[in-house]
Amino acid sequence: MILVWLIVILLVAGVLAGFAGRVNTLWPRVISLVAVSIDFVLSLILWSENSSRVQLFPQRKWIEQVDWTWIPRFGIHFHLAMDGLSLLLIVLTFLLGIMSVLISWKEIQKGVGFFHFNLMWILAGILGVFLAVDLFLFYFAWELMLVPMYFLIAIWGHERRIYAAVKFFLFTQLSGLLMLIAILTLYFTHHRETGVYSFEYKDLLGTVLTPHTAMLVMLGFFVAFAVKLPMFPFHTWLPDAHTEAPTAGSVILAGLLLKTGAYGMLRFVVPLFPDAAHAFAPVAMTLAVIGIVYGAVLAFGQTDLKRLVAYTSVSHLGFVLLGIFAWNELALQGALIGMIAHGISTGALFMLVGGLQERTHTREMDRLKGLWATVPVMSGTMLFFALASIGLPGLGDFVGEFLTLLGTYRVSIGLTLVAAIGILISTLYALKVIQRALHGPNTHEWSIPDLGARELLIMIPMMLILLWLGLYPQPVLRTFEPAMHKLQEYAKPHPVLTLNPSVRALSYNGRLPEIKGK
Amino acid sequence: MLPLLIVTAAAVVVMLAISIKRSHLLAVWLTLVGLAAAFFSLWIVAPLTPIQVTPLLIVDGYALFYMGLILAATFVTVILAYGYLENQSGYREELYVLILVAALGSVVLVASSHFVSFFLGLEVLSVALYAMSAYLCARKPPLEAGLKYLVLAAASAAFLLFGMALVYAQLGTMQFGQIAAMLSGGACYSKALLLPGIALIITGIGFKLAVVPFHMWTPDVYEGAPAPVTAFIATVSKGAMVALLLRYFYETGMQHLGSVFLVFSIIAIASMIAGNLLALFQNNVKRILAYSSIAHLGYVLVAFLAGGTRAAEAVTFYLVAYFITTLGAFGVVSVLSNGERDADVLDDYRGLFWRRPVLAGIFTLMLLSLAGIPLTAGFVGKFFLVAAGASSALWGLIFTLIVTSVIGLFYYLRILVALYAPPAETGEAAPAGGLPALSRGGSYVLAALSVLLVWVGVYPAPILDAVQRAVSTLRLF
Repeated sequence: MILVWLIVILLVAGVLAGFAGRVNTLWPRVISLVAVSIDFVLSLILWSENSSRVQLFPQRKWIEQVDWTWIPRFGIHFHLAMDGLSLLLIVLTFLLGIMSVLISWKEIQKGVGFFHFNLMWILAGILGVFLAVDLFLFYFAWELMLVPMYFLIAIWGHERRIYAAVKFFLFTQLSGLLMLIAILTLYFTHHRETGVYSFEYKDLLGTVLTPHTAMLVMLGFFVAFAVKLPMFPFHTWLPDAHTEAPTAGSVILAGLLLKTGAYGMLRFVVPLFPDAAHAFAPVAMTLAVIGIVYGAVLAFGQTDLKRLVAYTSVSHLGFVLLGIFAWNELALQGALIGMIAHGISTGALFMLVGGLQERTHTREMDRLKGLWATVPVMSGTMLFFALASIGLPGLGDFVGEFLTLLGTYRVSIGLTLVAAIGILISTLYALKVIQRALHGPNTHEWSIPDLGARELLIMIPMMLILLWLGLYPQPVLRTFEPAMHKLQEYAKPHPVLTLNPSVRALSYNGRLPEIKGK
Repeated sequence: MLPLLIVTAAAVVVMLAISIKRSHLLAVWLTLVGLAAAFFSLWIVAPLTPIQVTPLLIVDGYALFYMGLILAATFVTVILAYGYLENQSGYREELYVLILVAALGSVVLVASSHFVSFFLGLEVLSVALYAMSAYLCARKPPLEAGLKYLVLAAASAAFLLFGMALVYAQLGTMQFGQIAAMLSGGACYSKALLLPGIALIITGIGFKLAVVPFHMWTPDVYEGAPAPVTAFIATVSKGAMVALLLRYFYETGMQHLGSVFLVFSIIAIASMIAGNLLALFQNNVKRILAYSSIAHLGYVLVAFLAGGTRAAEAVTFYLVAYFITTLGAFGVVSVLSNGERDADVLDDYRGLFWRRPVLAGIFTLMLLSLAGIPLTAGFVGKFFLVAAGASSALWGLIFTLIVTSVIGLFYYLRILVALYAPPAETGEAAPAGGLPALSRGGSYVLAALSVLLVWVGVYPAPILDAVQRAVSTLRLF
């Protein structure tokens, strides 16, 4: 039941904030802040209650779940459930949610009520994605989070906001519809095999597909998540959307929306289609590595500070994808820590860039220059997060990338090597930011206020969390552990499928599958 | 039979009332009462169904469901028309007589089980629609729309009639049930006459549904006709035709004929592609909605082709969602229109959100529903359509649906962008004396439609149950 409350609080707060916006501009902010904070505390309580309790996923137990019949005719349930993986991502969601409300305190002055309505509803949609274990509900939430995000970019964004918003919407919508076809194919195949109409995750897990179909259906899911992630050839919406979005939008995009793609890979692609995913892994990993290097190189070439940070996301999420498809314990742990650390470090960088833009009204690095003397605290903070982002040991990102590389090394030495080069390039762009934007003589004679109390309140916790993740990531890994063991189990090549053809034929209920075109 | 009689009586009463005393309000009230009485009489009739009323009409659960849908939509149209006509000069009351007659035609259509009632219903509907489209005869666009509609509809009716004649010549019967029996019974018939006959009937149906290549009239008529009338054409007239299409083809099993299936596939694909692509180039909201309705009927045909009970359910459910959405969208247009012209240019909507946030919110909901975004009825409807297609493995059609609906998204977003454009960019200062008041009835109806839209979008189970019960009475071939 608590899972429903988590979502309902956000939805109600969104509506209230929308109406409160007609009264004044303060109430929407306060309502949103209170709502997300309540949710954050609730999620922390959930975490502390369950961090010590050993959760055995295999025994059909989730940490928490709600299961209501929704549309019986189609076997659709309103089924929310949480395991360690979703728990961690939810905590991250609320953390970044609080930060987004705080960072918009000064930036957003127009349509405040509607802004916070959208913000709350995006968070609710993201929560739905992380919690849904009914595939219809998942798709519902997946599509739902797009609309408020679209508004966030299209109304409160920067110069080319309409273009960016429409591009974002079309990319994700098309890929989402492909996923819908994949979901439906899975659903009808499952019905043919068992006679039961069900969108339930656990029911569908055992669905046996012909290798050909499995590959196609897997690709349907994969493309949807790869666009969100974003993986190399599908990443073109990202720089635009990130750059044009208001700061809170960029933070949520980078910190959370991209993570839904990674989450989908972990939760659905690999467990549902272990064999197809296994066969596809080399391609996915290669694309991931291309993304790492390509994202880093492009980031180095940017002069727009925000665009630069956006491109680093392509690079960092490449590591996450690499870790997921390398599929061993180390790499998976790396991917998970990477997801969380990237959410925080990149989120913080977007906030700092947003802060700079608020003060100087520019994002062009050439026009900044020499800020260190006038805003030492802000520059220091930026240095901290830039270093975190390139993987300085002792900070969260380092753990993620290091573990991912270790894990990948066992699978492919070549890919590890190239990915490591990606890290090298990331050092270049980080140095470029520091050197071009912060160091040097203050030729433009900037004189701007340093970080205020509100901004410090945002930055200091994020620094502490990164340090904590970097120095002692064990609690996070432990929460994730049971869920991960189960995930790994699914991903192992199915013994029934690979070893014994006669058993495999039996699992079709005696009917041989139709194999078209073969 | 009772609902039909009540609608007929209502039309007569309204006409007589006008001749005694001209009062806009009185005419509207009489119309609304008549429609409501007809609507509630459905429950009186329900226990008696299915009954065959003469060889011409069959009143079964399916017919009753569609009658309810049509009567409810007509009810909404009348309220919208009241608010719309209050701003107009000239005689206003006769429009309600025409609306009632058109509703009568539609109600006959959904209950028809015979070529004669098919044609009768269609003509009653069409003739009323000619006059309705051209009702504001002091303006040019409605006249043009009415005339265009008249010429093309008359031509298509002739095609339809000829097609019926050919089928009759071949099979010797005009009853759907007997046609089904003859087709399946292996009675010897020559395809040389039957197929052209079916093709001509498809032409007639296709014209009413405004699917490609019979869609030419749609944008002009949508643009020219007064907004409430456009709403009526888009919903009631098309919905009745879809109901008939389902009954006619499913009960006779004609869609299983290879060539018929092929023709409908081509029509569906062409409608989806042409509708969505052409809508991209429009700057007029009514034209955009016209092209989008062409595409939507293409989506409906995808599920129609899938065949079977679930497909019929999907189509019916989609129509419910489409009715709510389209009435809502045209409702917004009609509420915003004034005495001189309809609010149909994209610029009329620029920055609407900052002037009238609630109305813009409602329009946003309707557009999102048309685009098939969650929380709206359109999402659930589209989901069922795709599911129906996927269950019959119509992959080509489904991929067309998906790709074109993403294209469709683009022009819905264009309207949305305009709605939320910052007020500064509109170049005009907000009117100092506040905004003109909206008609109260229209506002209530719009609010009710949005609530319904979200309710069906979030909890579709009750509607789905009703649809399921209705479709189960359809004698599938």
